[in-house]
Amino acid sequence: MQTQLGSAVFPRLLRRSLSYIPSILYSLHWLLNLFHFFRFLSNSSPQSQKHKEMASPFLSNTIISFSSSLSSSSSLPRLAPSIPFSAIRSKSTPRRILTVRSKIREIFMPALSSTMTEGKIVSWVKSEGDVLSKGESVVVVESDKADMDVETFYDGILAAIVVGEGETALVGAAIGVLAETEDEIAEAKAKAASKSGASTPSAPPPAPTPAAASTPAPPKSTPAPAAPTVAEGPRKTVATPYAKKLAKQHKVDIESVVGTGPYGRITPEDIEAAAGLSPSKKNVGLAVVVETKPAAPAKAPAASAAPSSLPPPVPGSTVVPFTTMQSAVSKNMVESLSVPTFRVGYPVTTDALDALYEKVKPKGVTMTALLAKAAAMALAQHPVVNSSCKDGKSFTYNSNINIAVAVAINGGLITPVLQDADKLDLYLLSQKWKELVEKARAKQLQPQEYNSGTFTLSNLGMFGVDRFDAILPPGQGAIMAVGASKPTVVADADGFFSVKNKMLVNVTADHRIIYGADLAAFLQTFSKIVENAESLTL
Amino acid sequence: MHSTLSFSQATTVPTTNYAFHSQSPINLRFCGLRREAFGISILTRSSSGRVRLSTRGRSKRTSASTGNNGTPPKSFDYDLIIIGAGVGGHGAALHAVEKGLKTAIIEGDVVGGTCVNRGCVPSKALLAVSGRMRELQSEHHMKALGLQVSAAGYDRQGVADHANNLASKIRSNLTNSMKALGVDILTGFGTIVGPQKVKYGKVGFTDNVVTAKDIIIATGSVPFVPKGIEVDGKTVITSDHALKLEFVPDWIAIVGSGYIGLEFSDVYTALGSEVTFIEALDQLMPGFDPEISKLAQRVLINPRKIDYHTGVFATKITPARDGKPVIVELTDAKTKEHKDTLEVDAALIATGRAPFTYGLGLENINVVTQRGFVPVDERMRVIDANGNLVPHLYCIGDANGKMMLAHAASAQGISVVKQVTGRDHVLNHLSVPAACFTHPEISMVGLTEPQAREKAEKEGFEISVAKTSFKANTKALAENEGEGLAKLIYRPDNGEILGVHIFGLHAADLIHEASNAVALGTRIQDIRFAVHAHPTLSEVLDELFKSAKVLDMKTLRKMKS
Repeated sequence: MQTQLGSAVFPRLLRRSLSYIPSILYSLHWLLNLFHFFRFLSNSSPQSQKHKEMASPFLSNTIISFSSSLSSSSSLPRLAPSIPFSAIRSKSTPRRILTVRSKIREIFMPALSSTMTEGKIVSWVKSEGDVLSKGESVVVVESDKADMDVETFYDGILAAIVVGEGETALVGAAIGVLAETEDEIAEAKAKAASKSGASTPSAPPPAPTPAAASTPAPPKSTPAPAAPTVAEGPRKTVATPYAKKLAKQHKVDIESVVGTGPYGRITPEDIEAAAGLSPSKKNVGLAVVVETKPAAPAKAPAASAAPSSLPPPVPGSTVVPFTTMQSAVSKNMVESLSVPTFRVGYPVTTDALDALYEKVKPKGVTMTALLAKAAAMALAQHPVVNSSCKDGKSFTYNSNINIAVAVAINGGLITPVLQDADKLDLYLLSQKWKELVEKARAKQLQPQEYNSGTFTLSNLGMFGVDRFDAILPPGQGAIMAVGASKPTVVADADGFFSVKNKMLVNVTADHRIIYGADLAAFLQTFSKIVENAESLTL
Repeated sequence: MHSTLSFSQATTVPTTNYAFHSQSPINLRFCGLRREAFGISILTRSSSGRVRLSTRGRSKRTSASTGNNGTPPKSFDYDLIIIGAGVGGHGAALHAVEKGLKTAIIEGDVVGGTCVNRGCVPSKALLAVSGRMRELQSEHHMKALGLQVSAAGYDRQGVADHANNLASKIRSNLTNSMKALGVDILTGFGTIVGPQKVKYGKVGFTDNVVTAKDIIIATGSVPFVPKGIEVDGKTVITSDHALKLEFVPDWIAIVGSGYIGLEFSDVYTALGSEVTFIEALDQLMPGFDPEISKLAQRVLINPRKIDYHTGVFATKITPARDGKPVIVELTDAKTKEHKDTLEVDAALIATGRAPFTYGLGLENINVVTQRGFVPVDERMRVIDANGNLVPHLYCIGDANGKMMLAHAASAQGISVVKQVTGRDHVLNHLSVPAACFTHPEISMVGLTEPQAREKAEKEGFEISVAKTSFKANTKALAENEGEGLAKLIYRPDNGEILGVHIFGLHAADLIHEASNAVALGTRIQDIRFAVHAHPTLSEVLDELFKSAKVLDMKTLRKMKS
């Protein structure tokens, strides 16, 4: 079962979450932050650098937990090849040595269904000290769907029961210890004692500890040591029944979610937004890391939410929890680090474009529409830049060219999508864009109007930004960051000087599918289109 | 008629007290009449079925006595007065007329009582909607059937109208059936003023006093609202208000997880609400067989947008006002300490029903209610404060609290009429089925497993349990509704059926094979080879009876002879 969990469920969650598009939008939110920095800082790169540094601890956690869960499951196929609900696996072989030397094994809470996150022990069929033989029922576990007998895959002696009858444990948590011979019972018991002391998920009965324990955002809220005055007001969290269920299912720490429903309650939508792109494995990983040093298991949520590695807050600082959108952004930003990106910049002469813009402006055509159209025409010639890499193994070529354009609205960010931007003419495109922006302001965009983008355009030129670099939203192949067009002195091949308007565009792309030459060629085409802007009106 | 006859012969009913073979014109005429009433009063269910059987043999005598005007020697206005025209009173009245009694029914509100106007009937309309919504919304279910539905939506007013229309239709059917049979419907609030004497009248009008040889109290019940709960009829409501479906809250707390609460949770979740159950006992669905309620919880609660608090009382509920939501304060049932406070959009109080016996004038005949219930013996005869029977006074239905079900009231009413017409009768409540119309439905008859075990221990016999799953039933699988269980609790030594519990598709309709068997005293070995049409859901019960292991027939027969 652990095998199934490792190989089947995680990738599916991963894929599902990758395709979880609304949250992708939020990933672009940092562009907005970035823009704020641009207004105050002259140089952008330290900021983006800072971003990466902040994010990297999460990434490393992720990787650690993932690899550990892989390694533990990799030992399983041999152990439990056919019986689906075997709960036994080797634990004391940390990961390299797969041949089991130690005779003490832990019995884990099995995953009895794909949706099961925790299980309740209905009854122990065997009691401590009983001799077990392979295939015998040891314990009856109740999942969200059924009561199942769990059988052992080893001969041995049930040395200790870690999770008692009627108690609940997370999937994968040790619920008992199995010794191979009588000599090892004492050792096994000691191990069990340390287990039940350390991992607390079963102890406090009613509190939904699993949800709380797997808090994905430890740095914020409830700084455990001694700063109750700093945190937000004492108002308790109100979440609807389905929101709680979703939070449990997606392992979202409900305390970290800011409710947007009536009376500030947390709605299912809030949880979905907060769950965003984070695959559940990451959260499990985090939970594991946090749980290694639980200060006082008495108050489970507080203990699990305690920051484990961050320095204590500076006295007098204020802790403001993320809003739902901000937590989604945070998660997506971390998520984006799993894609190997690179950037290519290109100066584009815009005299022709500017001239065209002056001409068509009275007809309601915006610069955004012009740029989107130009990008779409270039993409039509370079389909690889319009493709995406969903599974790390293949190109997904998109049949439509849908240009998502980042727009800042009221403290948020959204990316309305101009669908089939290569096929629509400039005027239709402008009209469409106007509608989308109005809808976005009224928060009436339909999902396909903001999540169907195949390529993103972000323009900060209107603020005077001359160049910047965008983070690639998960699920897309490339994003273009457009700076301001500025009069620039250029020398031509004959040594004649002239002043031309130039703007710098910078494309961030997924190097698994889009290589340097691809991007360069695409930019060259884009540049040519912009320089012969009349073609945009055709 | 022929089909009925042949059927009754084929099933070899063991105790045939009824003569079926008369085919006189009178009988036919009577049947025709009865059929009309029967067709209308769907509600009386199995009890009506029994009425029909009993009428046939007697019809000649009945019509004769009707011709005599039925006036008893002592001069009474009526032979029988029934206070309350609910399902219980209606069932009693119909049977009384058949027995030739001059009958009146007093109703202060609307004919049909709780069941028809504020209970079983309108809720079935809502549940019919919720069942369809649930099905249409279940993408998985639809896909498995190969169906494509773009989006299921509903019009709240339309749904509410359906419930209301159904109630008024059934109400007029009920009224017409009584009028057609010659039952006098007296309008007003009935009060007992002395032995065999009742006054009735509307507020502001002069009271009329009528006398009757026998009186049946059938005043029913009202929703029970515990102390501390403020019902405003808008955001804090009882089933009376909920059935009008004036709004569908985003989030509703339902206090009580019995039939009423469960059915409403089914309605509300199908219409898009989220539900929080508040249950005072430690288990949800406390009235059901534990195994059934466990399974039901997995199907009806866990996968839906429902959470719950058990072992707590809702000690204070304040309706939404001044921009605040409905506030529910929860107190631990054992420690009596404040446990939690909920903020929800609405709260439905489904903590059960309280008898409606206030103002009945019971003090005039020295009867003291117990928690509002009228004390009765097993023949529904009212017991006074000194423990003596009050002559000619009976109480049926929710008002006596024996079994608060519409069809139980009706059965009790018929039982009383049998007694006053000179035939002793004791209703076997263990043969009265009960059903909860969730999706899927839950139904039961007789004892739960713990009750049966207790009884077995006390009386020194063995019990066995047989179970079958809907997963093995062809029809259930064809409907893609394989979730379900039927459970039989029986005595292996003599094949007596102690209890049957069904959770699954159309369980409410399936239970009657078992409840009829219990009522007629049929043993498992007598029905286990009865043929069931294939493929039907009834094969679930077929399998159930077949899988029961009754001790060898031969030895049993030897023991008998």
